[in-house]
Amino acid sequence: MNAPAQPPAAPPWTPRIVAFFCNWCTYTAADLAGVSRLKYAPNVRVIRLMCSGRVDPQFILEALRRGADGVLIGGCHPGDCHYVEGNYKMLRRFGLLQRMLADLGIPPARVRLEWISAAEGERVKAVINDMTRQLQALGPLDLPGKFADWDAEIADLAATLQTESAKEPEATHTWEPPKVLVQPQ
Amino acid sequence: MVSLKPEIRIGFYVCHCGHNIASMVDCADVAAYVGQLPGVVLARDYKYMCSDPGQELIQKDIAEFGLNRVVVASCSPLLHEHTFRAAVAAGGLNPFLFHMVNIREHASWVHTDRAAATAKAKVLARAAIRRAALARELPQRQIPINPGVLVVGGGIAGIHAALTLAEAGKHVWLIEREASIGGHMAKFDKTFPTLDCAACILTPKMSAVGAHPNITLWSHSDVVQVDGYVGNYTVKVRRRPRYVNEELCTGCQECIGNCIYKEPKFPDEFNEGLGKRKPIHIPFPQATPQVVLIDPQVCLNFKRGVLTDRCKKTCVEACGDRKAIDFTQKEETKEIQVGAIIVATGFKPFDVRRVPQYGYGTYPNVYTALEVERLVNASGPTAGEIVLRDGRRPSAIAIIHCVGSRDKKTNRWCSRVCCMYSMKLAHLLKEHSGAELYNFYIDIRAPGKGYEEFYDKLNEEGVHFIRGRVGEVTDWAMIPEEEGKLVIRVEDTLAGVVRRIPVDMVVLATGLEPHADAQAVRRLFNMSCGTEGFFLERHPKLAPVSTFTDGVYIAGCCQGPRDIPDTVAQAGAAAAEALALIDRGHILQEPNTAHVLADCSGCKSCLPLCPYTAIGFDEATHQAVINEALCKGCGTCVAACPSGSIGQHLFEDDEVFSEIEGLLTADPEPTPALAATP
Ligand SMILES: Cc1cc2nc3c(=O)[nH]c(=O)nc-3n(C[C@H](O)[C@H](O)[C@H](O)COP(=O)(O)OP(=O)(O)OC[C@H]3O[C@@H](n4cnc5c(N)ncnc54)[C@H](O)[C@@H]3O)c2cc1C
Repeated sequence: MNAPAQPPAAPPWTPRIVAFFCNWCTYTAADLAGVSRLKYAPNVRVIRLMCSGRVDPQFILEALRRGADGVLIGGCHPGDCHYVEGNYKMLRRFGLLQRMLADLGIPPARVRLEWISAAEGERVKAVINDMTRQLQALGPLDLPGKFADWDAEIADLAATLQTESAKEPEATHTWEPPKVLVQPQ
Repeated sequence: MVSLKPEIRIGFYVCHCGHNIASMVDCADVAAYVGQLPGVVLARDYKYMCSDPGQELIQKDIAEFGLNRVVVASCSPLLHEHTFRAAVAAGGLNPFLFHMVNIREHASWVHTDRAAATAKAKVLARAAIRRAALARELPQRQIPINPGVLVVGGGIAGIHAALTLAEAGKHVWLIEREASIGGHMAKFDKTFPTLDCAACILTPKMSAVGAHPNITLWSHSDVVQVDGYVGNYTVKVRRRPRYVNEELCTGCQECIGNCIYKEPKFPDEFNEGLGKRKPIHIPFPQATPQVVLIDPQVCLNFKRGVLTDRCKKTCVEACGDRKAIDFTQKEETKEIQVGAIIVATGFKPFDVRRVPQYGYGTYPNVYTALEVERLVNASGPTAGEIVLRDGRRPSAIAIIHCVGSRDKKTNRWCSRVCCMYSMKLAHLLKEHSGAELYNFYIDIRAPGKGYEEFYDKLNEEGVHFIRGRVGEVTDWAMIPEEEGKLVIRVEDTLAGVVRRIPVDMVVLATGLEPHADAQAVRRLFNMSCGTEGFFLERHPKLAPVSTFTDGVYIAGCCQGPRDIPDTVAQAGAAAAEALALIDRGHILQEPNTAHVLADCSGCKSCLPLCPYTAIGFDEATHQAVINEALCKGCGTCVAACPSGSIGQHLFEDDEVFSEIEGLLTADPEPTPALAATP
C-alpha cells in the first residue's frame, strides 16, 4: 500500500448514534447478530445496562448534548422483561421525553425505543440500518454546535444590552406584547 | 468508600481473537491510540487474551506496573467477563475494577470496512477507559443455596435428569402435567435405529422415579408461580384433583372393571384417540404413578365437571375398604423451595390440519406418525395389527416426510427425527402388514451412530424411497387401479417425472413444534424463546443447557427437536449443571444492586416501582432503604429517583455519563498508516 502524502480528506459526515441496550434481550440480540455475522452500519455505539428501566432520560439528553445525532434504546418485548416490568417504566418515560424533545424542536426519529428479544439478531441489524438511514437524511443534530451558537448570541445580546443601557441609564422597562401575525386563511 | 484520590493506573489489552477481531480491526493501532489516553499506563495487543498466557499477562502487569484498573477489548462480556474478572482477582485487584469492551460481536463481526471498524473499536475503548477510571471496589455477597431441584416435565428428559440428581442425593420434585410420566417415548413401540422396545428401556426408569426416596412425583399438576432467584426459588404447584387418593390407591384397577360403563366409550388420549377408555381409567398399563383417575367431564357422578352424586358408584364398591375414590377431592396448591430448576417440557407434534392438501381428517386412512406409533404397538388399540379406520388391511402404504418441517409456509426448521422415525415406521409397518412401503422425502437425514446403516438396511428390505415433496393426497381416480385408493401426486425429482402412486394408507411424518403454551411457560421461568418458539439456551455451543436466568436449565425437545440419545445426554448435562451449582453450597451475587444515597428526601417515588418490593421506608430517618438481598439490580428505581439519590453499583450515574462522554468526544483522527503491523 502506498501511504498518501497528504492527510486524507475528512470522511463524509455520517450520524453518531448512542444506544442503551438491556443486558438480557437487546444486548444479547446484538451479540447474536455478531455470532450470525450479520452486517450493519458502524454508526451505533452501545452502552450495556441491566434493564431498559435503568435508562435515565438524562442519559438520553446527555448523549444528545454531547453530540449524538440519535439515541436508540433497546429493551425486552412487553411482558418479557427480565425484571418483570422495567421496560414498561421506560416506555412511560419515553412518551414524556418525546413530547419534551418535540417542544425543543428535536424530531422524534432521533430518539427511538425498540423492543428486541434475545433471538432477534436480524432485527438489531434492521433497526440500526434503518435508523442510520433516517438520521443520514435528517443531517447532523449538532447540539454542541447549537449551544455554542446560542451562547454566542446571548453574549452578543448581553453586550448590546450593556451598551444600550449605558446610553439610556434611566430607561424603565416597559413590556410590549409581541405583534401577532394573523395569516389570512 | 468512594475515593478517587490514588492515581488511576489503567492497563489496556486488545485481543486479536485469532483473526476474528484482527482481520477487521487494526488491533495494534487501537492499542497505540488508547496508550496515549489519560490514566492509561500500558496498552497491549495480544493474540488470545482469554488464553492462560493472556490472563497471566494481565496478572504480571498488575504487579509490575502497579495497575489498579484493567480494561480488555475483546468479545462480549456475556461470554468472558467472568474469565477476566477472575484473572484480575488472581492478580490481586478487586474484580470489579475491570471493564470489558465488546469489539468482536459488536464490531469486527458485523462491519465490513476495516477503517470504520477500527475507529469504532477506538471509540468504544476510549469510553471504557473513562468509565474504568471511576470504577469502585465492591464486595461480593455470598448467598446460601437450597439443595432441592425442581424438574418440570416427565418425558425421558425430565425422568433422566430427576434420577441423576436423586442418585446424587438431592431431593427432586418432578412435576408432570399429564396423569403419568413418560412423555412421547412411552407411546412408541420401538426406537430407531436399534429397534429396541421403547417400553423395555423406559418402564424401568419410570418405576425407579416412582420408587425413589429422593423424588417427589406430582403428576396431573402444573407449576403456577415461580418467585425468588438462583439458589432460592419458591415455586407454587397446582395439583389438579384426580378424584382418587394417591396414597390409598394400589393400582389394582378393579374400579375400572366395575365402572357403570360396561364398555370403554370415550376417546383414549394415550392412544391418540384410536382406542377408547372409561371415565375412570389409567393412561396405560405401565403408568407412573400407578394410580387411576376419573375424568369428571364424562363420569356419570358429575355433570360437565360438577359433582351431582347421581351415579351408583360401582367403582367405590369395587374399591371397598381401600376407600381410595374421593369425589370431593379439590384442587390444591403446594409451595416448595428449590435452588435450581430444570425445564424439560418437550415438544408438540405439528398440527397436520395446517396442510389440508394431505387429506388428514378428510380421508380416514390418513394417519399422523404418532397415531401409527400406537397402531404398530403390541399394547396399542389394535394390539399391533395394522387395521385401518375403515377396517381394511393395507397392501400399499405411503409415508410423507417433512410435514410441517423445512417448509416456508409452516415451519422452516428440520425436525431432525422424522427421517429416522419414518424409516423405523416403514420397517415396522412392513413387518406387521407385509405391505409395499413408499417414503416420499426431500433429503434423507441420517446423521447419527448407526443411522446411515439403518437407511441402507431399509433399502435392502425393499422399502421404496421417492425423492420429492408430495403435492397432494387425493381419492380421485384416473384409472381403474386407483379406484378406492388414496393417490399420492408427487414430482419424482430424481426421475424428473410427475407420478401418481395409489396406496391404502398414508402416514404423515409430522415435525416437532414448541408447545402452544411455550410462551407462558417461558415467562413463568423467566426464560427466552428463539424465533421458532423453542426455549433459548444461554450460548448455542458453550452453554447449551443453561438459560439467561441463573439456576434455570433446559433439557430435551423443549430446546429444539432431537432424538432420545441426544435428549438423555442433554438431561444428564442439565443435571450436572444443577449439581455443580448446588454443591458449591453458596453463590456469589453480582453486586449490581441499588443503594440509597445520604441525600434521599423521602419522597417515596421509588417505593411502588420495585417489582421485588426491595425498597422500604425508614420512618425514623424519613428515607428509603433498599434490601440488597431482594434487589435484583435492574436499576429502574435509580433512573426514576427525582433527586438522583439512588445509585447502582457497577452502573453508577457518573460511570454511565463518563461512558457517554467517552463515546462522543471528538472522534480520533482517521488513523495514519502505522509502520508495518502484521
Ligand atoms: C412420531 C415420533 C417418533 C419418534 N421416534 C423416536 C425414536 O424411535 N427414537 C428416538 O430416539 N427418538 C424418537 N422420537 C423423538 C423423541 O420423541 C424425543 O426425542 C423425546 O420424546 C424427547 O423427550 P422430552 O422429554 O424432551 O419430551 P417429551 O417426550 O415431549 O416429554 C415432555 C413431558 O413434559 C410434559 N409437559 C409438557 N409441558 C409441561 C408443563 N408445562 N408442565 C409440566 N409438564 C409438562 C409432557 O406432558 C411430557 O410428559 C420420535 C418422535 C416422534 C414425534
